[in-house]
Amino acid sequence: MRLNVTVNDEPRVADDVWEGESLLYVLRERLGLPGAKNACEQGECGSCTVYLDGTPVCACLVAAGQAEGRAVRTVEGLAEGARLDPVQQAFLETGAVQCGFCTPGLIVATHELVHRTGVPSDPEIREALAGNLCRCTGYEKIMDAVRLAATRIAEAKA
Amino acid sequence: MTTASPDTATVSGGVGSSPQRPDGALKTRGEFAYSSDLWHEDMIWGATLRSPHPYASIRGIDLTEALKVPGVYAVLTHEDVPGTNLYGLEHTDQPVLAENVVRYQGEPVAVVGADHPETARRALARIVVDYAELDPLTDSVTAAEGGGPRLHPGGNVVRHVPIRRGDPDAPAEVVVSAEYQVGMQDQAFLGPESGLAVPAEDGGIDLFVATQWLHVDQRQVAHALGLPIEKVRLTLAGVGGAFGGREDLSMQVHASLLALHTGRPVKMVYNREDSFFGHVHRHPAVLRYEHGATRDGKLVYVKAKIYLDGGAYASSTPAVVANAATLGVGPYDVPNVAIDCWGVYTNNPPCGAMRGFGAVQAGFAYESQMDRLATELGMDPVELRMRNAMAQGSVMPTGQLVDAPAPVAELLRLVQEKPVPTTDPDSLVDIRQLPGGVSNTTHGEGVVRGIGYAVGIKNICFSEGFDDYSTARLRLSVVGGEPTVLVHTAAAEVGQGLVTVQQQIVRTELGVRQVTINPVDTTVGNGGSSSASRQTYVTGGAVRAACLAIRSRVIALAAERFGLPRKDIALQDGKLSSASTGVLAELAELLGGEAIEETAEFRHRTTEPIDPVTGQGNAHVQYGFAAHRAVVDVDTELGLVRVVELACAQDVGRAMNPQAVLGQIHGGSAQGLGLAVMEEIRIEGGRIRNPSFTDYLIPTILDMPPMRTDVLELADPHAPYGLRGVGEPPTISSTPAIVAAIRAATGLALTRAPVRPEHLTGTA
Repeated sequence: MRLNVTVNDEPRVADDVWEGESLLYVLRERLGLPGAKNACEQGECGSCTVYLDGTPVCACLVAAGQAEGRAVRTVEGLAEGARLDPVQQAFLETGAVQCGFCTPGLIVATHELVHRTGVPSDPEIREALAGNLCRCTGYEKIMDAVRLAATRIAEAKA
Repeated sequence: MTTASPDTATVSGGVGSSPQRPDGALKTRGEFAYSSDLWHEDMIWGATLRSPHPYASIRGIDLTEALKVPGVYAVLTHEDVPGTNLYGLEHTDQPVLAENVVRYQGEPVAVVGADHPETARRALARIVVDYAELDPLTDSVTAAEGGGPRLHPGGNVVRHVPIRRGDPDAPAEVVVSAEYQVGMQDQAFLGPESGLAVPAEDGGIDLFVATQWLHVDQRQVAHALGLPIEKVRLTLAGVGGAFGGREDLSMQVHASLLALHTGRPVKMVYNREDSFFGHVHRHPAVLRYEHGATRDGKLVYVKAKIYLDGGAYASSTPAVVANAATLGVGPYDVPNVAIDCWGVYTNNPPCGAMRGFGAVQAGFAYESQMDRLATELGMDPVELRMRNAMAQGSVMPTGQLVDAPAPVAELLRLVQEKPVPTTDPDSLVDIRQLPGGVSNTTHGEGVVRGIGYAVGIKNICFSEGFDDYSTARLRLSVVGGEPTVLVHTAAAEVGQGLVTVQQQIVRTELGVRQVTINPVDTTVGNGGSSSASRQTYVTGGAVRAACLAIRSRVIALAAERFGLPRKDIALQDGKLSSASTGVLAELAELLGGEAIEETAEFRHRTTEPIDPVTGQGNAHVQYGFAAHRAVVDVDTELGLVRVVELACAQDVGRAMNPQAVLGQIHGGSAQGLGLAVMEEIRIEGGRIRNPSFTDYLIPTILDMPPMRTDVLELADPHAPYGLRGVGEPPTISSTPAIVAAIRAATGLALTRAPVRPEHLTGTA
């Protein structure tokens, strides 16, 4: 089938998509956007988190056809040119990135959290990110990153 | 060897600071190329058919229907392996593709190359393998005692290591004994096994993979493909975590076979279920311990029998056995020791390297024993540990003198002195901070708190006489007007931050700010494995050695240019100066268009094999220590545990990158938490029951508590910069501390990790 989807503000077309393909597969293998990651492909790890019409989803659980005519924003669409998004910058500075395989999903999930809630409490952060597995960091530096990003974004808005 | 070159230490981003990782921005942007992100024009997809049986003979394989699937390029079996159809890290005992027998569920039998992953899946479903199921051997103790079918020509004992010291029959006033068990843990790295194999015009293969050790992969792939080693060229693709699980081959030979057979680039990407079957795990263990002590709490003897289940193939079992045996009494002074440790073949999934590597299993048992002994003596468990704590000058059960700082008592004191988290009984209960969390299973009723302690020991670097070295090729030249160093090694960055520490070492040694890391590949000498907490030590040592060689050539160049004796010239902050005349030249000026290249190998001090009868010998390079205190809340009605806080103290010799050191302590502690309360590959009759992240649970951000950490920097005089490997020690003491806390909360004996809800509710 042919799939029409807007990705990071650009209209994109993918041809010869097998109906069983996920949005994740289309992004990674057909549209040249491997930022969303393939750690479990069963909706358990959050590493493939992308925005679908503004809502964070596991791209591995979205059938490609379900994205027809909709808008997707991936981790590749967060930075403004050379300037990292404040969430990306915070992950980088705090040491929240080790192997980095969970990082794109966590960054999209954090981006959504801080834009929705402002400056979340620690229990709110933990609850919101409980669907994003990380195997390297023990989450301590990820907590630091989210707190830092939230504070900076709130300050910029103030 | 412990001092940094003092005259160049002022450049920022050097040793002891925490500069940003050079790959960090790409990783946050989603633009870092992991092994599963690779793409090549005309590439096809590879997939693996695995045995559904833990033990069966193969009477025949029919590929007819699979080959008829449109879009299939190749279906290959062992008959298509051109070289030796056996590989392995220490014993070449594992077939690339099974021949007439499968020895574990998940063993690769055939591979398919097709135009789409779904085409490959459909072809796999049409391969008909005629199996005759056999009765599997699934019990490690039975295997060690000679029972069950003989799974390999040499028998089922991969290795037996005895340790004998003093008189293990010495009389003791107090004796405690118990059997402990540790379940099979999975590395659960997030980036699945994957890569791209590209056939080359010279008949060789270019392989882009995620691995821990390129040169050992290269050797094994070349043997299997029947190619000379130089025709198998490996480049490290982005690695999504490793933790030991990438020491063994997974898809490397399979993708290469398909590429050579079809003439097309082949991409292989395991899904999570494939991954659970596609790499080795942490050895499950049965550990029978007896501790004898005086009434005032001095250890008299430790006797132990340790059974490690290596599964169907040897992998790194021999070295894991040696670790469990030689570190089997823990970081304590024990005058009399009798330990026997066996690693055996069974028909369970193969086990090999995972962070902690034998020291984890022993650590759970000896620390559980120390708590049991403390209870028997009516003594505080930390006090008992301190009374027996080893220190610099202690002698290991192997007879090896501990000739570097071993601050075991101090680490315990540090975690003990941390304030204990309290809950205000009058404050509103946030259910997110209770066992069960937002499942809303309790508002505090039935919840009890406990505190537990543990300390552990780990050997750093490769042991037992192994020629453990690394190679670094450095090139200093002027790029864009600025002196720049290119660092080329074959050492794998797996997330730990080796690329950052390499840059830091160059900045400190040469005063050059701009340091570029070359792609990691096999065109440079062996870098050794990214395991055993060794890369900062060994590859860091090689980078430092290459820097010193370059520095000496720069100074020689300046001496010649300015007609001064070498000893009068200093290199600092990118400038050459002499004591008499001040600044002579900028480094960039001196070099002009010239490049200085040096390659250095670095070896740590040599070790010895251990005596096969007595277990005596100077087997290890260095020891690392960490201690934990765990605070837990347990819902005794439902058997749910919430770890409230973890405190950790670790001696790292020198914190080369303090932020990365903390990252290792946090991450290692989290994996220990997983083993304490949730992580286990459940095996029944040789079959994995939970090969998914739905059923194999790793800690989430809700499971992992805040941590308090103390980092000691007591230099090891034998190591570069005095550093001590960091990655593994925190994984060892985390598990027993948490289980000790659960025991303290519940009063239950709890002899098995992980602790399951049914162990706490009495419904097991």
